[in-house]
Amino acid sequence: MLEIKNLHARIAEDGTEIIRGLNLTVKAGEVAAIMGPNGSGKSTLSYILAGREDYEVTEGEILYNGESILEMDPAERSSAGIFLAFQYPMEIPGVATMEFLKTAMNAQRRARGEEELKIPDLLKRVRASADELNMDMAMLKRPLNVGFSGGEKKRAEILQMKLLEPKLCILDETDSGLDIDALKIVADGVNALRSPERAVVVITHYQRLLEYIVPDTVHVLYRGQVIKSGEKDLALELEKNGYAGIIGEAA
Amino acid sequence: MPAVQETIDQVRMIDVDQYKYGFETHIESELAPKGLNEDIIRFISAKKDEPEWMTEWRLQAFKRWQTMEEPSWARVSYPKIDFQDLHYYAAPKNQSGPKSLDEVDPELLRTYEKLGIPLREQEILAGVRKQGEPSTLDGEPGDNVYSSGRVAVDAVFDSVSVVTTFKKELAQAGVIFCSISEAIREHPELVKKYLGSVVPVSDNFYATLNSAVFTDGSFVYVPKGVRCPMELSTYFRINEKNTGQFERTLIIADEGAYVSYLEGCTAPQRDENQLHAAVVELIALDDAEIKYSTVQNWYPGDSEGKGGIYNFVTKRGDCRGKNSKISWTQVETGSAITWKYPSCILRGDNSRGEFYSIAVSNGHQQIDSGTKMLHLGKNTTSRIISKGISAGNSQNTYRGQVSAHRKAANARNFTQCDSLLIGNDCGAHTVPYIEAKNATAQFEHEATTSKISEDQLFYVMQRGIPEEEAIALIVNGFVKDVIQQLPMEFAVEAQKLIGISLEGSVG
Repeated sequence: MLEIKNLHARIAEDGTEIIRGLNLTVKAGEVAAIMGPNGSGKSTLSYILAGREDYEVTEGEILYNGESILEMDPAERSSAGIFLAFQYPMEIPGVATMEFLKTAMNAQRRARGEEELKIPDLLKRVRASADELNMDMAMLKRPLNVGFSGGEKKRAEILQMKLLEPKLCILDETDSGLDIDALKIVADGVNALRSPERAVVVITHYQRLLEYIVPDTVHVLYRGQVIKSGEKDLALELEKNGYAGIIGEAA
Repeated sequence: MPAVQETIDQVRMIDVDQYKYGFETHIESELAPKGLNEDIIRFISAKKDEPEWMTEWRLQAFKRWQTMEEPSWARVSYPKIDFQDLHYYAAPKNQSGPKSLDEVDPELLRTYEKLGIPLREQEILAGVRKQGEPSTLDGEPGDNVYSSGRVAVDAVFDSVSVVTTFKKELAQAGVIFCSISEAIREHPELVKKYLGSVVPVSDNFYATLNSAVFTDGSFVYVPKGVRCPMELSTYFRINEKNTGQFERTLIIADEGAYVSYLEGCTAPQRDENQLHAAVVELIALDDAEIKYSTVQNWYPGDSEGKGGIYNFVTKRGDCRGKNSKISWTQVETGSAITWKYPSCILRGDNSRGEFYSIAVSNGHQQIDSGTKMLHLGKNTTSRIISKGISAGNSQNTYRGQVSAHRKAANARNFTQCDSLLIGNDCGAHTVPYIEAKNATAQFEHEATTSKISEDQLFYVMQRGIPEEEAIALIVNGFVKDVIQQLPMEFAVEAQKLIGISLEGSVG
């Protein structure tokens, strides 16, 4: 589903190279964990996949279902099925969460040539997903993410992910700032989305989240490259021995 | 809200250059020769069948105007206007009231159509059908917003009121809603008493010019204790080449009365600048309330800033009686230059003034707008919420004055002034003047300036929302406090306009 080939990317403003020849393949149905120490380029990778303009791809290719997405803007990538759950979701003052959900869902439907959702249908879908995430419908009247607690923001991200039904889900440090109950709810939400047609990329610093979202593959990112790939045991090894050993191995 | 989407779709379909409402309607008109002198003023006055006192009033204003100079303190710049190179009167020729849509000038109907005004509303605008009466169009799905609303319309097409509707029903309530020309003829005692009592003839350069040459506008009188049974509304368009538009509006709410008035306008695209210098006077007596809402979308000029309307307006409300209230709500998206300060004189004890404003500037537009809250009476309160949005190469200035007179014990004001910048080439300026001559006055002022951040935009687009829609969404969130003050029909129109106004502001 996702093939990253020899990707090089830098910060557009100052030319600092962050991604240096990264290779990664994630198949449909797969849950891939990307781990790595701070500053290894994990979040940058998620932004580049989502099409953020602050980064410039200088070499290499990103193929999504066999086609390059490098020329697509963030909205086009989103409508094509790529979803990024943000580490720090943005506040959108004055825009009720429900209104935002409606706008996003209908924008994607329009982009795909589908009919817009009727209000009752929309409400039904939102209510069902919100219930699963233990979210109160009253919260959806509040402006998106404004005054939300850390846990509420992450739940709102997963709610959007469920409703937009993406094909490739990227979760950027979704566990940060979550207590254990919230973490379970969020993980359940992600697990419910696992399907043979969908791939999930979980970016995380710690092994903790991977106890709840068990990955099929684990990739260690360091200095903008994947330096080691393995199965879920690799995460445990990292937890036990830290990154130092692997980094030493690769060097 | 399917009706919203319907309206948006209609507007999208009208794709005339950047400015969606830029077209010109060919209706035969009667033009006064160019220039301004006493003869022209007598000509206008005669055209309107005005009594001698009115002609005299105009001539006095003209004399005064000749001694005045154009103000230059606002943060706007434009080439000098040649006031002798304008027509001061233009009127559509066919003025008899239509009985059915067939009798309405088809050009006028086409204008409404291009504006995306739903057919039902066209019937009402053209005075064919009364609101609430069954329409031949009934039964169509998804078109119910306008038939359920209660809006009376005084359509000003160029300078003469073409059609006035709802008169009977309003008359039953004792409400007078007509053109100012008709009011001068039919209700001279009211006009004599109130005209120029809020904005004196000598108030300022443009107001004085207006007093000399105004051609039409609306007049509203709501008698004691009457709550006007419907929203009153004027649609008007500037439609004759080089015709300065000098609207004059006078609204009086007698003791305990209430009225909500809506004003909305769009104008055809032109090469030459068009001057618009309206005067609006509101008078609220004891316990009365006036709510005045505007959605303004005049031609802002082309992408280089050429053409476009000069909008130099004097709007002022007088809370003359105790416990009275005047509320201004405005959405300004159009005009090349806007110079406009809807104000409240809080004369009556316990009176209240409100000003809610959204000013959107894009391209090369220049806006210098704000309000004045003059606290004269005891326990008077005022509230100002101003949201300025600047994009492109535009300049957007909020200029506000809050003052408490010596006798204005316990005067209270709250001002919140927020500016939003889109892009790097625009400017936002806030110029508050605050003056308290009474020690018990309490004035609060809050101001913020922010930019739509790349982070916000990226986040919204990541959800599949295309860039322009994403900006419109963020901006409409920013202005929500003010949009909520608008009557339902206008809120829809306003959100749509804000989206259209910001098209092409990025990328």
